[in-house]
Amino acid sequence: MWFKKKVQAKPEEKLDLPEGLWVKCESCGEILYRSELEKRVWICPKCNFHFRIGSRDYIALLLDEGLLEELDSEMEPLDPLDFPDYKKKLKSAQQSTKLKDGLVYGRAKIGGIPVIFASMDFAFMGGSMGSVVGEKVARAIRLARSEKKPLIIVSTSGGARMQEGIFSLMQLSKTSAELALLAKERVPYISILTHPTMAGVMASYASLGDIIIAEPGALIGFTGPRVIEQTIGEKLPPGFQRSEFMLEHGMIDLLVSRTELRNTLIRLLKIICKVQ
Amino acid sequence: MNGGIYLDFEKPVIELEKKIEELKKLSGVEDEIERLQQQAERLKRKIFSNLTRWQRVQLARHPKRPYALDIINLITEDFIELHGDRRFGDDPAIVAGLAKIDKHSIAIVAQQKGRDTKEKIKRNFGMPHPEGYRKALRIMKMAEKFNIPVLSIVDTPGAYPGVGAEERGQFEAIAYNLFECTLLKVPIVVVILGEGGSGGALAIAHGDKILMLENAIYSVISPEGCASILWRDASKNKDAAEALKLTAQDLLKFEVIDEIIPEPIGGAHTDYQKTAENIKSVVMKNFRELTALPVDELIQKRIEKYRKMGVYKE
Repeated sequence: MWFKKKVQAKPEEKLDLPEGLWVKCESCGEILYRSELEKRVWICPKCNFHFRIGSRDYIALLLDEGLLEELDSEMEPLDPLDFPDYKKKLKSAQQSTKLKDGLVYGRAKIGGIPVIFASMDFAFMGGSMGSVVGEKVARAIRLARSEKKPLIIVSTSGGARMQEGIFSLMQLSKTSAELALLAKERVPYISILTHPTMAGVMASYASLGDIIIAEPGALIGFTGPRVIEQTIGEKLPPGFQRSEFMLEHGMIDLLVSRTELRNTLIRLLKIICKVQ
Repeated sequence: MNGGIYLDFEKPVIELEKKIEELKKLSGVEDEIERLQQQAERLKRKIFSNLTRWQRVQLARHPKRPYALDIINLITEDFIELHGDRRFGDDPAIVAGLAKIDKHSIAIVAQQKGRDTKEKIKRNFGMPHPEGYRKALRIMKMAEKFNIPVLSIVDTPGAYPGVGAEERGQFEAIAYNLFECTLLKVPIVVVILGEGGSGGALAIAHGDKILMLENAIYSVISPEGCASILWRDASKNKDAAEALKLTAQDLLKFEVIDEIIPEPIGGAHTDYQKTAENIKSVVMKNFRELTALPVDELIQKRIEKYRKMGVYKE
């Protein structure tokens, strides 16, 4: 059963962002005027740091009329392992984010081209992927395949959700398997990586895009930098695992500033879908 | 067999066995030996029928546990190891090659830990780099080309967390293996032999049948990693092991794995031969069933298997 709901981004629902009139840049420490930052789609004017924004912000930013016809909006996580404090954590994440879990998806248009669009929320338990995120990604891929519409996924995630144990790990297999079928049908998939996209999500659908775009300065990798530092016993070089580093090492196609994302998607889709 | 290394809960049995060895040097104590042997057997059964999750973690990591090459050497007639990913290098943490088992041709990909310090370092403690996963995929694609089924043996704490691994795309190597193995036109049978450490294990564990040794573990995160995130205290690994439900028995109940391969009482490390026989018989049974399927059906079933995985409410 698929539930339909139109989601329109409302500015008051901005997620995962510091409150107050003034905001300090996480990267360069500059004190910035909030309304000014909002106008600049949360990019620091001084150092170009891309503040983390939520799925609703990406809906507003990337989709025609800021409109997503959301599917499966009622899907909710369960606690199959009866994991310590998981129910409590879910409840508080749901209350603070007004989301059921860390990913929304549905039908949309970009530059007039119909697409299947999905976007993750880091504010929901670190964008971790459990059964709901995995299942929604799988359904988004299947829908893109059956309707032959390009798939676009905006990712941000700390990795698989520990609290759902092995079920979370299996979502890597589930989503990658669906992408193999999508590729067979030659339906395009553009993966957009935002700060941060790590571990299980990178080791599955986020790195399987025909085209992989990253926002500047986003942390991208498999193992988190702290664990690597502990393992090798030395400090990591500056810029390690940032999107610029990943571009240099051939892991992503494009580095695109948030302000240029929509335009870049339209240009790419027009070429791939052979639309004038 | 144990060579002085044993786990705390194995201790009572080991002590009895030592006593039996001592008595064997004397004459006229056959009755006493017989009695002690029966006692040791009962004790072993008692301990090993009631293992906690943490005890199974310890058995899965037992320094004497058979590793992939021990099993490969015992179950194959002719194993030819093949090296390198043809892109960057050869990763000794992954062993791959071609072999015969009971006159049947198979391809093998496996994670390999080292026994002594020198080999541990060479094998990088069983933690693969991207080139290891790419080598495994190369061999699996070759197996597909020649219509040879694939046996994958999993035993790793996880993918290696290092600078080079990240530079060369650890995430891409794992994701691409999952992507490619989905439509591979030959059967893939996976045996979780010891540790199934998260994405690093999954990269060679995306197949038709997932079999797990009785005391193996398979988890999204190590008990230590989980404990340090959850309680900021890695020493709470016992509690984390319980919370993660990472044993073969848990995963069979969750229908994430298909079958449990029994270990000799006392654990796989007490009898390599018996362990290998058990693995071989279950693996070959699964190969017989899978090779009987038409390719389309094989792949469809593999896809359906992963589609089912996940628990949610709608």
